[in-house]
Amino acid sequence: MKRAAPGVNTARVCKCEADVTTIHIDNRPYPAKDGENLLQECLSLGFNLPYFCWHPALGSVGACRQCAIKQFKNEEDKRGKIVMACMTAAKDGIRISIDDPEAREFRASVAEWLMVNHPHDCPVCDEGGECHLQDMTVMNGHVYRRHRGRKRTFHNQDLGPLVNHEMNRCIQCYRCTRFYRDYAGGRDFDALMLRDQVYFGRYQDGVLESEFSGNLVEVCPTGVFTDKTLKRHYTRKWDLQTAPSVCVHCGLGCNTIPGERYGTLRRIRNRFNGAVNGYFLCDRGRYGYEFVNSGRRIRQPLLRKHGTAPLQLASKRDALQRLGEILSSGARAIGIGSPRASIEANFALRTLVGRDQFYLGLSERDSRLLASILDILKKGPARTPSLHEVELADAVLVLGEDVANTASRLGLALRQAVRRQPEKMAIKMGIPLWNDHAVREAMQEERGPLFIATMADTRIDDIATRTFRGPPDELGRLGFAVAHALDPTAPQVPDLSSTIQTLAETIAEKLKAAERPLVISGMGCGDKAVVEAAANVAWALCNTGHAAGLCYAVPECNSLGAAMLGGDSLESALEAMDDGAVDTLIIMENDLYRRTDAAMVDRLLAVTRHIVMIDHIEHATSAKADVVLPAATFAEADGTLVNNEGRAQRFFQVFVPGNDIKDDIRGDVTGDIRESWRWLRDIIVAAGRGDDARWSSLDDVTAACARAIPNLEPILHAAPSSDFRIDSQKIPREPHRYSGRTAMHANVSVQEPEQPGDPDSPLSFSMEGYPGNPPPSLIPRFWAPGWNSVQALNKFQDEVGGPLKGGDPGERLIEPMQGKKVAYFQNVPGGFKPCAGEWLLLPMHHVFGSEELSILAPAIAELSPQPYLALNPADASDLGLAAGDEVQLHLRQRTDAPADGLTGTEPMATAEIYRLPVRFKPELLHGTAGLPAGLPGLGVLAGIALPAWGELKKAEKGIAEKGKAEKGKQVEE
Amino acid sequence: MWNSLKTMWIIFLHMFHRRVTIEYPDEKPKIPPRWRGRIILSRDPDGEERCVACYLCAAACPVDCIALQATENEHGRRYPEFFRINFSRCIFCGYCEEACPTDAIQLTPDFEMGEYNRKNLVYEKEDLLIDGTGKYPGYNFYRVAGVAIGGKSKGEAEKEAPPVDPRSLLP
Repeated sequence: MKRAAPGVNTARVCKCEADVTTIHIDNRPYPAKDGENLLQECLSLGFNLPYFCWHPALGSVGACRQCAIKQFKNEEDKRGKIVMACMTAAKDGIRISIDDPEAREFRASVAEWLMVNHPHDCPVCDEGGECHLQDMTVMNGHVYRRHRGRKRTFHNQDLGPLVNHEMNRCIQCYRCTRFYRDYAGGRDFDALMLRDQVYFGRYQDGVLESEFSGNLVEVCPTGVFTDKTLKRHYTRKWDLQTAPSVCVHCGLGCNTIPGERYGTLRRIRNRFNGAVNGYFLCDRGRYGYEFVNSGRRIRQPLLRKHGTAPLQLASKRDALQRLGEILSSGARAIGIGSPRASIEANFALRTLVGRDQFYLGLSERDSRLLASILDILKKGPARTPSLHEVELADAVLVLGEDVANTASRLGLALRQAVRRQPEKMAIKMGIPLWNDHAVREAMQEERGPLFIATMADTRIDDIATRTFRGPPDELGRLGFAVAHALDPTAPQVPDLSSTIQTLAETIAEKLKAAERPLVISGMGCGDKAVVEAAANVAWALCNTGHAAGLCYAVPECNSLGAAMLGGDSLESALEAMDDGAVDTLIIMENDLYRRTDAAMVDRLLAVTRHIVMIDHIEHATSAKADVVLPAATFAEADGTLVNNEGRAQRFFQVFVPGNDIKDDIRGDVTGDIRESWRWLRDIIVAAGRGDDARWSSLDDVTAACARAIPNLEPILHAAPSSDFRIDSQKIPREPHRYSGRTAMHANVSVQEPEQPGDPDSPLSFSMEGYPGNPPPSLIPRFWAPGWNSVQALNKFQDEVGGPLKGGDPGERLIEPMQGKKVAYFQNVPGGFKPCAGEWLLLPMHHVFGSEELSILAPAIAELSPQPYLALNPADASDLGLAAGDEVQLHLRQRTDAPADGLTGTEPMATAEIYRLPVRFKPELLHGTAGLPAGLPGLGVLAGIALPAWGELKKAEKGIAEKGKAEKGKQVEE
Repeated sequence: MWNSLKTMWIIFLHMFHRRVTIEYPDEKPKIPPRWRGRIILSRDPDGEERCVACYLCAAACPVDCIALQATENEHGRRYPEFFRINFSRCIFCGYCEEACPTDAIQLTPDFEMGEYNRKNLVYEKEDLLIDGTGKYPGYNFYRVAGVAIGGKSKGEAEKEAPPVDPRSLLP
């Protein structure tokens, strides 16, 4: 295969002309950014200069001595001195040499020293083949081991189900602690011991607490930290079939690279997108992928012969024929889409059932919240920032959203945002910002203003200037009060306590003083007042001449995209069903029992004659369907998702799923699993509805969608269309070293199957194709000659650490109405009043557990909490409860009743009583209780829209024991 | 004319040369031990599988006829879950043997692999694994490697210092 020579990037253009200076490398002039460190500049220019401890996001510390170069005083100076490139600033006219023999020798000996204690592990090391240490050792030309002494060894630690520890391999570059402690704010991991025995680990064995621990795998230049889930089905990087993808486990839309081998998904790696996730992912996004391999996947169509018959496997043809019969009989069908399905899939469903019969599949409250968020972002003057812009904010108010749990990567961005103000001290002292250690010394514990007002403690409270705890009503009132303090024309909050008043004034003052103030809120506390209050704050800032950002965390990967398609709530679907004209319900990628209360879903499903389910996972709703069609997950389909910023991003199919080669080796190698939109297209054709929907590729659907909904027009440009070619070649999903092509299926048939075609994208399921760097939205992996590790990313950026060559992928769909005055929201909520004998149940989100799909990954499930009920200790003792006791929860049916409307005399729905162990949370207000959101162990409770009112009682021991005894009996039986 | 006579004369002289042709298959040829024939997987001196499933042979294979999957036993010893060579594709180049860091995969002097059915040329691990060390006696990768496996803890490999106690402050 032809390899591109590691050429020097002379055509590089610096963005800001004023910053450009000329540096001389090996007697040739090059443009460089003034004041930037030389290592970064050399790499940006395309030179191969080895390094270990430097990281574009973490800065320089000069710990590893690997990037040594020679610096000369002037043209006459022939001796020069060795300096560390990462610790030397690029100054005009500076003369350096990378190729100098002495510098080369110095670097080679550094590599040799580092290798003295490195174990003889590469064949069994998971990093092998994508190891930065391997690359740098080769780059330095260190080949033979001269040291004959003994190697230092360490015992490993068990760091939980996500990260594997193999301490012998450590080269003491300190990247792990710098990321884990300094960048991500972890506290339970550190450098221990001294001299050549420095040990990186926890104080004792145990699960790493930070939800960003998985990044250690990518940050570590060698195999000390490796992916523990990958270890169970280990595959080398060169054997993974990869494609650019987008994370589906929250609304932020981080870019990922999933890798597949032998038909199962093996791992997720970060895909750099300078505007979104940058270099890091959260653990939910990195490790949630295993749901794709789950035993609960629907892999074949299922049919129910008649009403009570069990679901039986059926062929594709039978299923479609049945659907054709149902739909062509003239009955009205309604479709329930999903915010976790792509725009194209939702649009296909909308096309099948018609615009008015299309429902979003959210509860009334959630659809209203989502619609109002979309409305606020579209109509308001505040810009919704990208994650990168969040990092640049210098004063932040978080209102109501536990970002560490609902949108973890946003929490990591906030940890960087609080550095913006103190960084100015370093700049004033003349310290360049890349000089990480010096900057941190200058900043000490100083942090920029970050105010966190949430229902309970969050994991980013340690960086907060002030925190405030309260139920949603109180949070909303605080928000309205801040808005009023910023702009007196904003509505006033009646009966405000003086403490909240002063807090609101402090927040307003800090936001006003900032250059880039930011307000963050979201759907996490399920309260419209909070969402509106956050908008008021941002708008008040905009109206008083501050360029404020407004960022809402949304729960799912395509929440905003689905909202843009329109569609009513489940409640309105039920109303539509009730009049009897509808007899078919087509549900796509949605478990309704997680959306709203079970009784309502039961009714909805009971009044329908035919229930059609298109999904990839078995769940309570699919169990009640009459026809179940196996849909493709994100890894098996292409599509477009819109993240919380309003950025449309395309994800690409990684592999062709479930092809049982045994059956039809010569013909169609694809299995029954297919993209939701393809199923829907086939249904449209089978039912004889609409000739314009005979889409043959994703491009057709996307184009039809853009035509039908003008607001979504930019999704056409989210990525190149399927006919895009470079040198008339597609972009290969398999690396050029992909192995086993002629043996992997040989156990089934010795004739090799044809490579599956891909009509939907410019990528191919092959190792053949364009070998160079593809456009930014189509990068299937980061690799460059001599750079096998993720550090090859440097070769994909114009400016190392900056955006990808050709711009960061994604198209923004929502831009603010700048300069426009909008009317403030006026509905200031009344204060929270506790209700005797009843508790307001607040949703407690968990990064591991609250999301529907990631919980199916065993590693994530292991970290998920068991169901519990959180109470203030004082409330608990009033109820006679000690920690660990069980409490009986009795839900009030009317979840939307206002607090003061409850008198206690209203009839309670007595259908379900839940028993939950009690956990203490001192920050909860009297009269409120916390219920974990969305945990599968909660059963029916997982679908309850929180906050909701409920009665609590101490569970009687007798019943509990009786229950246990019965359980014991069952086990015996 | 002269040329033809010369040729006939040379051929005539060959009648008095020592015979090179042997009566194969009645008589077996002598093949040097480094002949590149049928591939085997060997065992280490302790009788355990030598292959650590590093995938290097598969990556080196120019016709991509080696497929395997790594797995680990409960003590952290890595080995191939399956190991398949499609000999109907193999060109016996020996790159796999050259790439193998543990001397596990070796080419042997056996070339008699003819089959009527191509399918029979697909060899699984059970068909490949032999009971001895093959051409390279003595080498045991896990005795040199830093990873701990059953029966060998940290610091017990060759040329390894005892593990550092991270709680000690002694220099």
